Amino acid sequence: MRTVKMVVTGPFNAGKTQFIKTVSEIDVVSTERKITRESERVKETTTVAMDFGRITVDEDVVLYLFGTPGQRRFDFMWEILSEGMLGFIVMVDSCRPETFREARSILETFRAYAPTPYVVAANKQDLKEAWSLEDMRIALRLNSTVKLLPCVATDKESVKTVLLELLYLVLEEMEKRAT
Amino acid sequence: MALRGNLKDFGLNQLLNLIHLAKKTGTLFLEGPRTKAWLAFREGKLAYGQYGDEDNSLAAILYNARKLNAHQFRLIKERGNSMNDKELGLLLVNAGYVSQQEVLASLQEYMLNLVKRLYTWLEGSFHFDSERLPPNDKINLRLNLENLLLEGARQLKEIEQLQDEIPSLDIALKFRERPETNVRNLRLSKEEWQVVSFINPKNTLKQIAQALRMNETEIRRVAYGLVQAGVVEFVRPERPIPQPVTLGIPNATPQEQVSLVRKIIQRIRSL
Repeated sequence: MRTVKMVVTGPFNAGKTQFIKTVSEIDVVSTERKITRESERVKETTTVAMDFGRITVDEDVVLYLFGTPGQRRFDFMWEILSEGMLGFIVMVDSCRPETFREARSILETFRAYAPTPYVVAANKQDLKEAWSLEDMRIALRLNSTVKLLPCVATDKESVKTVLLELLYLVLEEMEKRAT
Repeated sequence: MALRGNLKDFGLNQLLNLIHLAKKTGTLFLEGPRTKAWLAFREGKLAYGQYGDEDNSLAAILYNARKLNAHQFRLIKERGNSMNDKELGLLLVNAGYVSQQEVLASLQEYMLNLVKRLYTWLEGSFHFDSERLPPNDKINLRLNLENLLLEGARQLKEIEQLQDEIPSLDIALKFRERPETNVRNLRLSKEEWQVVSFINPKNTLKQIAQALRMNETEIRRVAYGLVQAGVVEFVRPERPIPQPVTLGIPNATPQEQVSLVRKIIQRIRSL
């Protein structure tokens, strides 16, 4: 049995847990805990170790999706989670520009851990407060070659598109190496 | 889509940078703790603005710039209320009170000072309205934001913020490939010119700082200003030996890896 891993990272409350829940065939093994800090109380719970979802590809291959905790004080988990990953997705809440700087910093951190392919998913694009992709690209200082994708983490098709775009990048990278 | 938020989280310099790079047209409304302001842009260039309920009429701007005396200013205010700024400007130029260059220079100085004052706002809300075009009755400028962005960066006193932006000095700079930006047209300080002369993907910021005897904050401030102005961008320094990339499927040949990823793609499509 081969296991393949992809990581979903991003700032606090970006929608990582929801993203994994939407496509996982098992109930996500979540490590959510009640939030104690008043300043972070924009939701009831947060991930403290990791989220864990699974997609069975066939009898020999399983894809695992790992969601990282969004808060910096749990960042000791990030390097562990990034080991051996096929690629990673940086989730960003399109409605919260105050998290863009943090998202960029997380992106740089993960790129330093492993130079694997990645995409940036602009979550909550269905909300009217969402920033446009064009504005987000500038605010996040993303080069035009970086894939910045619209995303609605509760929508299965949207999540599938993000995963597929990342896999196309991985495939492109591997084909380059295979030739 | 919405472009709104809080200046505490997304500062004026970042906003101007965004407007500049996206070549936006519209009006940026700012609401600070004590007063409001707006800045109107056309294709990423500053056209006009207002600070609080300050008199931003052409007559007031020329009077404050000492191009009109108190008597002339009072007369214009008494008689010229039916005239808009464009008509007044034309009248003053034709009558020989001021030259066209003086009008434009005074407006430009007023707008630059307005933005400089806004840089002191560390708190407040903002929203950008692309439907609200620069005012028709005013003499619109086409002020390039690059120099303003440099000025804004110079005013950044928060060392922590600079460290947040550039956590490591083991990073290099390279010139952005933007033909419309000519570095010679920018008003750079002596320090900025010195750094510009060292820009090369092989030189890390740490090396440049050592060469120029700058401290970490100084090199961060200069590099941040140049990046915000869109002149340069960060690059990882070139490494003599490329590091081997380990992809996430151990013990698999390249062909097996490709095949595996294709299987995963098929599976995701079928979900």
